[in-house]
Amino acid sequence: MAHFEKANSLGEWFEQRIGLSTLNRVLNTEYWIPKDINFLWAMGMLLAATFGLLVISGIFLLMYYKPDSNLAFDSVNYTIMSQVGYGWLWRHIHGVGASIIFLVIYIHMFTGIYYGSYKRGRELIWLSGMALFVAFSAEAFSGYMLPWGQMSYWAGMVITNLFSGGSLEAYGLVEWIRGDYVPGDAFLTRFFMLHVLLLPLAIIGLIVFHFGALRLPHVNNQQGAEIDFKEAAELYKAGKKKESKVIPFSPVFLSKDVFVMGVYFILFFYLVFYNFEFAMDPVNFDPADGLKTPAHIYPEWYFLWSYEILRPFGKDVGLVAFGIAQLALFFLPFIDRSPNVAPAHKRGLFVVWFWVLIIDMIVLTAMGKLPPTDPTFALIGKLAAWTFLALGPILVLITSFEKKIGKGA
Amino acid sequence: MRELKIVAVVVAFSVLTYYLVEPYAHHEMHKQVDAQGVEIKVESHGFTYDGSDDIAEAERKGDVALAQKKKAFWAEVADISKLKGDAAVGEAGFALCLGCHTDTGTNLGGVVPPSLEHAGRIYDKNYLIALLKDPAMASNVNHKYADTLLHPMGSIASMMSDKQQIADVVAYLLEKKAGEVTPEEAYDEACMRCHALRYANITQLGKTPSFKQEKDALAHKIKVLDEQDAIKAYMGKLPPDLSMIIRARGEHFMETFIENPQSQLAGTSMPRVGLNHEGYEKVKEYLTEAGDPSKKAREDLGPWVIGFFVLFALLAFLWKKHQWRELH
Ligand code: HEC
Ligand code: HEC
Ligand code: HEM
Repeated sequence: MAHFEKANSLGEWFEQRIGLSTLNRVLNTEYWIPKDINFLWAMGMLLAATFGLLVISGIFLLMYYKPDSNLAFDSVNYTIMSQVGYGWLWRHIHGVGASIIFLVIYIHMFTGIYYGSYKRGRELIWLSGMALFVAFSAEAFSGYMLPWGQMSYWAGMVITNLFSGGSLEAYGLVEWIRGDYVPGDAFLTRFFMLHVLLLPLAIIGLIVFHFGALRLPHVNNQQGAEIDFKEAAELYKAGKKKESKVIPFSPVFLSKDVFVMGVYFILFFYLVFYNFEFAMDPVNFDPADGLKTPAHIYPEWYFLWSYEILRPFGKDVGLVAFGIAQLALFFLPFIDRSPNVAPAHKRGLFVVWFWVLIIDMIVLTAMGKLPPTDPTFALIGKLAAWTFLALGPILVLITSFEKKIGKGA
Repeated sequence: MRELKIVAVVVAFSVLTYYLVEPYAHHEMHKQVDAQGVEIKVESHGFTYDGSDDIAEAERKGDVALAQKKKAFWAEVADISKLKGDAAVGEAGFALCLGCHTDTGTNLGGVVPPSLEHAGRIYDKNYLIALLKDPAMASNVNHKYADTLLHPMGSIASMMSDKQQIADVVAYLLEKKAGEVTPEEAYDEACMRCHALRYANITQLGKTPSFKQEKDALAHKIKVLDEQDAIKAYMGKLPPDLSMIIRARGEHFMETFIENPQSQLAGTSMPRVGLNHEGYEKVKEYLTEAGDPSKKAREDLGPWVIGFFVLFALLAFLWKKHQWRELH
């Protein structure tokens, strides 16, 4: 038992027991952030804030949602949307939040790629980030099942069917996942469990890990410059703020985060109130009907690019390509052979590779939704899918020959 | 400034992606093309009816005889429309209608004939004329009937042999059956005989009363099920509950579909209902009350929340400026 004095104030009482001021120093006032960063470095905080909003709105929805295939649709569309005060607001926040968080995730990922923030000490940040991407995908998919509308049902059907493994015809596995021959009550209740308990827990754990992985390597900066954080921090603390290359997270960097967040929430709530159909598909306001296949079945927009890698090939090749696409980005830190941590525009061919990747993923996204019956779209989709698959080996090649950039850029 | 350039790039790519997966993809998905691959534009005609859609459909199918028949039919409707009807004379003709439109909830040939209390208010004049000439042609479901007489209201064709008689009955409806109509009445008269609306507690038999005895509730439920069976037999399937339809279908779809169901679901058994603009607006209002009652609250609250965040961003900007003043 350590020695404890009687505390004279509540603050002191906590100080003795949990070391508030140390915590505050380590996490806030002396958590050093490079000064040379732009608003793209606020995306992580936007993600954390949006996740918070999803949790809060989700808790409200959870109070009235009924995980039963006979009651789910009406509990959402009638009870929550029209009987519960502001239920519609929580639902719209949750729906729009779940969709827009992926836009921010993609911006966050591409920022990491552009500035080379995934290597030379930052591999774990990247890997935990990718794990978050996968966890969020699962979270979004499971959540999409819950209103038990037409798209819930049919997307659930199509995606679980993928587990039959093409020619392996592993229908037993598919049934095991569904708990039934077709999506039904057992299917709904297990996805409910995943969505409100297991996956959020995993996500919270992963976010903590992601933040932890950031602490030692620190966040990157616009030039990819190596910074001696100790020395820079001393400069800052000595009042030489202009000369120092770093700033404390709180309150200095935080003030910028909060400003970016403010602008983001203007857009966010505009979407919540006036433009939500991209996130809450009208087709899902038709109740699930196993006898009536919708004219077009498509996943939410953020899954379209990988869906399109699956679609243009035969079923086996498609599945393999799809599998590769899901995993490919995990390996980025290891297939980028260049020693440079620098913004893409300083890395020769890499910058071309980067923009081709972005454009290719946008093309895949668009083709993933357009009807595949149109031969032009199908062809463009196929070319884009091949391009995506080729981008991996190409990256190894161009980064192997990348010239080392001299220090002090 | 570099940061603004980055904003511009991020916004440009986001907007491009949005455009491709939303407006563009939906346009491509719902595009209708004819046999030659030429896009068919499905447009609203402002809830007036002259048969042009029906004729074009027959022509697209290459059925020349049918197209001719429809042309002649709608030309005659236009002729009758020009006649001056006499409401007083029309009252006698209207008595014929009450033989079927009894307002007693009795099913007749598949559905309960609707109340005609606001028929002159919610339906288009030309449509009413067409309906009394030939119900199957008017509602563009003639493909279902070898002979119009087989339509549950088909025998009207034999009762209304005279053009002037039709003009008189329609004049009667437009004068005497055209009082103020509530959204609920419009729905009851135009859609309820086929579509339940459970969020408004409505079945094909009307509002479900509250029963003290469970037995009575069950007995009522059986009546509803029987009615639904009859409708199923008539329509080939049970028409969907419309509770959430206002969120499930876009404005354009609803307008063009109600004007002419065939334009969106070729071959469907749902007949054209013949609503005029006011009738449609009333029905839409009722469907919104059932399926999207928070629309108004949403639109009212929106500016406040957005305004709050504009203020928030402004203050945050000032704070940021303050925090960063000594850094460069
Ligand atoms: C033989 C029985 C019968 C007679 C007579 C009859 N109706 Fe009908 N009417 C029906 C039935 C049945 C329906 C429902 C048809 C349906 O929904 O397919 C109907 C529907 C209607 C509708 C709604 C149609 C629509 O498309 O929305 C109107 C308006 C109407 N009748 C007016 C009249 C008028 C006016 C008369 C008298 C001139 C008349 N009916 C006489 C049986 C009859
Ligand atoms: C005589 C019966 C009948 C009447 C009256 C009727 N409907 Fe329908 N309706 C149907 C049937 C049958 C279907 C199913 C059509 C199908 O799937 O082919 C349908 C389907 C619909 C649909 C769904 C179309 C889709 O995309 O699947 C809407 C919307 C609709 N009706 C609206 C209305 C409205 C609004 C009214 C009143 C103004 C109305 N209906 C009156 C029979 C009717
Ligand atoms: C919703 C989930 C996520 C949250 C809450 C989150 C949060 C954060 C935060 C707060 C930061 C530090 C600030 C910043 O640089 O933006 C950060 C950095 C980072 N994140 Fe994430 N992130 C998430 C998902 C991801 C994903 C999906 C990836 C990509 C695979 C990723 C990769 C990275 C990388 C590489 C960095 C370091 C950036 C740098 O050093 O400049 N993160 N994240």
